[in-house]
Amino acid sequence: MSLIDPENTLPPARSPLSEAWEMFRGNTAAMLALIVLALIMLCAIFGPWVYPTDPFDMVWAPFSPPGVDGFLLGTDYLGRDLLAALIHGSRVSIVIGLAAASVSILIGVTVGALAGFYRGWVEELLMRITEFFQVLPTLLFSMVIVALFGASLPMITFAIGVVSWTAVARITRSEFLRIRELEYVMASRASGATNSKLMFRVILPNALPPIIVQAALMVGSAILFEAGLSFLGLTDPNVVSWGQVIGSNRQYILDASYTVTIPGLAIFVTVLCISLVGDGLNDALNPKLRSR
Amino acid sequence: MALLSVKNLRVEIKTRAGVAPVIDDLSFDLEAGESLSFVGESGCGKSMTALALMGLLPEGVGSIAAGSITFDGEELTTASEARLREIRGNDISMIFQEPMTSLNPLFNIGEQIAEVLRAHQNLSRKAAWSQAIELLDAVRIPNAKARVNDYPFQMSGGQRQRVMIAIALACQPKILIADEPTTALDVTVQAQIFDLLQDMQRQTGSSIILITHDMGAVAEMAERMIVMYAGRKAELGPVEDVIAHPRHPYTAGLISCVPHILSTLTEEREELVEVPGIVPALQDFGKDTCLFASRCLQAQAQCLRARPPEIEFGPEHQSACWRAEEL
Amino acid sequence: MQVLQSFAIRAGYAVILLIAVLVLNFSMMHLAPGDVADTISQSMGGADQELLDQIRADYGLDKPFIVQLGRYIGGVLQFDLGFSFFYNQPVTDLILQRLPATLLLVVTAQLLALFIGVIMGVVSARKPNGILSHFVTFLALFGYAAPVFWTGILLLIAFSLKIQLFPVAGMQDVTIEGGFWVHFLDVARHMVLPVITLGSLFLALYSRLARATMMETLGSDFVRTAKAKGLSPNQVVYKHALKNSLSPVITLAGLQFSAVISGAVLVEAVFSWPGLGTLAFQSIIARDTPTILGILFFSALVVIVGNLLTDLALRLVDPRVGGKG
Repeated sequence: MSLIDPENTLPPARSPLSEAWEMFRGNTAAMLALIVLALIMLCAIFGPWVYPTDPFDMVWAPFSPPGVDGFLLGTDYLGRDLLAALIHGSRVSIVIGLAAASVSILIGVTVGALAGFYRGWVEELLMRITEFFQVLPTLLFSMVIVALFGASLPMITFAIGVVSWTAVARITRSEFLRIRELEYVMASRASGATNSKLMFRVILPNALPPIIVQAALMVGSAILFEAGLSFLGLTDPNVVSWGQVIGSNRQYILDASYTVTIPGLAIFVTVLCISLVGDGLNDALNPKLRSR
Repeated sequence: MALLSVKNLRVEIKTRAGVAPVIDDLSFDLEAGESLSFVGESGCGKSMTALALMGLLPEGVGSIAAGSITFDGEELTTASEARLREIRGNDISMIFQEPMTSLNPLFNIGEQIAEVLRAHQNLSRKAAWSQAIELLDAVRIPNAKARVNDYPFQMSGGQRQRVMIAIALACQPKILIADEPTTALDVTVQAQIFDLLQDMQRQTGSSIILITHDMGAVAEMAERMIVMYAGRKAELGPVEDVIAHPRHPYTAGLISCVPHILSTLTEEREELVEVPGIVPALQDFGKDTCLFASRCLQAQAQCLRARPPEIEFGPEHQSACWRAEEL
Repeated sequence: MQVLQSFAIRAGYAVILLIAVLVLNFSMMHLAPGDVADTISQSMGGADQELLDQIRADYGLDKPFIVQLGRYIGGVLQFDLGFSFFYNQPVTDLILQRLPATLLLVVTAQLLALFIGVIMGVVSARKPNGILSHFVTFLALFGYAAPVFWTGILLLIAFSLKIQLFPVAGMQDVTIEGGFWVHFLDVARHMVLPVITLGSLFLALYSRLARATMMETLGSDFVRTAKAKGLSPNQVVYKHALKNSLSPVITLAGLQFSAVISGAVLVEAVFSWPGLGTLAFQSIIARDTPTILGILFFSALVVIVGNLLTDLALRLVDPRVGGKG
């Protein structure tokens, strides 16, 4: 028998990225979620131009229910347009979600990579620091930061990012610990690659799949986090955000429950879509786990 | 009458490609006190046979499609689950390939032995426990009284397999099925476990069904053997006859893999051949041909046209090969 | 003995963690704009520079950082977390008054979520395509995506306002009179919605993990052994498989203590539950720094104690952890 069986040759090789996209496209829920997310993004970017009503302006009588008097989602307790609040608020939610997730991924990947790469006392120290941050209740900790140092958007972003990086650090570390022992890493180490090249050019790209999935989930968590903070009133008073709409209207749920349910639904749908996309990414990027 | 009689057994499992017969038209008898061995490569249906006998085919995946299993005059294929539970661990018991994972890591071994006694013999907790200690002693675990409180992680692989044997023999079953009992163990430990199994069989009078891919173990342990290939019986016969004169090319191939059975061959290493190729894919199991033909050096056109019948050679020796008589 | 010893090491390590929390606390207080003197002068309606200096000297605020830190930690060791000028009470007293309410909420929600989650996981693992199995999947998605305060408000609208089944706010009705059981039932009635809100968040996590580990365990070799022994399906599942599925769920629950407290802050805000979360919320609005930091310290303490208890529970379930191996 010849070595190559003509009937059995492999299909033409494709790049792993296009293969992952192929997988992802097959996932109906994830694709739908991606489309909804794209719509929300468009709304956040262009919405305020298309619908320029100032969400802080009192435009009509308070507690005007949705659909009545020409206000699609009604007005709140101060007679402010709820639709305007949702559209303008989407910017804050999404910008803070993305920025805070970036901060925590930056910290988490750095800590995890250093710990997993250098091992020894570096790992010991960094993992102790990670544990320390796990002991502090995240929301309470960021409340304290915002309360002490001011409720500006950058400070809120920092406060969310600095308390939520521990999961990323743990995942990155365990990936680094696994990959650093693989043969191709040994090979490039033997061929004299510098530590920084090993870490960022050799190991990190291969550690990315689970980090990317975690990053997607981090964006969702950060949006929830921001919503929680602004629900409690810890938000920049000059911008409107979804959680803040709920927080400021919650005393009036007897009169107008829609002022709370609708913004909550916006948060819920956004985070749900992010988590579905995250699941889709997980299946697409970690084919070994697909059978689950 | 035979203690266990299997007739035309067919076991099917569901795969993505459809239903495949992992055991196809298998018949054999097992006498009381006898040792019978199933031999073959992995994936040939040996373990499935064992699970079918125990009524433990993977739920929703495997099922008995045809044939009968008669144990002590009782039909098992139609028996209720409750009745099968009474038989399992009591009349027919089984030890598995992986002693490292076959014991529950969170219960001490005393409990794991005593449990089966309580389930079948209506023993009190205390009586079951003291019998567990006796059983540990019987399977030659030193200092049984102290070790009965140990957890599996505190024991070596060989010791765990001894515990498994103690569990299996606790109720003095009529049949003990040993599925590759020594594959995961060191060579020296393997011999000890086989010794133990033989001693225990002598004491209890149980029949043993030994499932293995190791021809050496067969020669040492069994009186009769069944060679399985791709879910079908290739050859059946007394161990000495089959090894001395295999009537199936697959059996011949398996034997030639093991140098020490045929002592004359030991000096001539180049004669040692593997059986080339691999077991066919599951979806091909149902085909009406000789499934071994693709790997067989003696294959003819006929082998690809129809499934070979079982041809008898003297008492008790059968082979399913079109060219069995020429071999 | 070794169990005790390794546990003592963990306990010692917990103390170090707590001291680290104190250092962080104090550093943040030090870095933040404004100090105690400013707070006091504000509450007095303003003060001149001389008075401010006087106050700073009284409180030792003019001493070097390290000295002040030492005094702060020394104070905490004597249960002195400072004085709340907003509530006009020592912070420790203030927190100890509120802590039981939060513990009641947090512990009940955690235990219920764990208990129900494991049961749901087990039952759904036995029927991977059953209704409950789909519900677990749904709950996992919902539990992650729904903001907990929103869930709380929805429950409040549905079961306190529309159908008046449960009280809207608080932990007890001060107007009712009666013996222990009357008050017990009253608190229980107040607890239902907050516990469901907080618990469902974690129920989602635990039931999904319990289902996954249970399915894995049901396919393992020792479960096959248990079946081969002729044990009944219930013995196989609830004795052999369940115990093996517990460890991962308990480990996860241990990691969630910090998240449970974060969730409790929001749930307390929604239901006006008189616990640490509400206190934190109020003291943040009042810029009452010593109280805020005291709460952070106490919640870290709760998390650490929770972790130690988790560790203990794991040792009880699994002889391989820490023990004589």
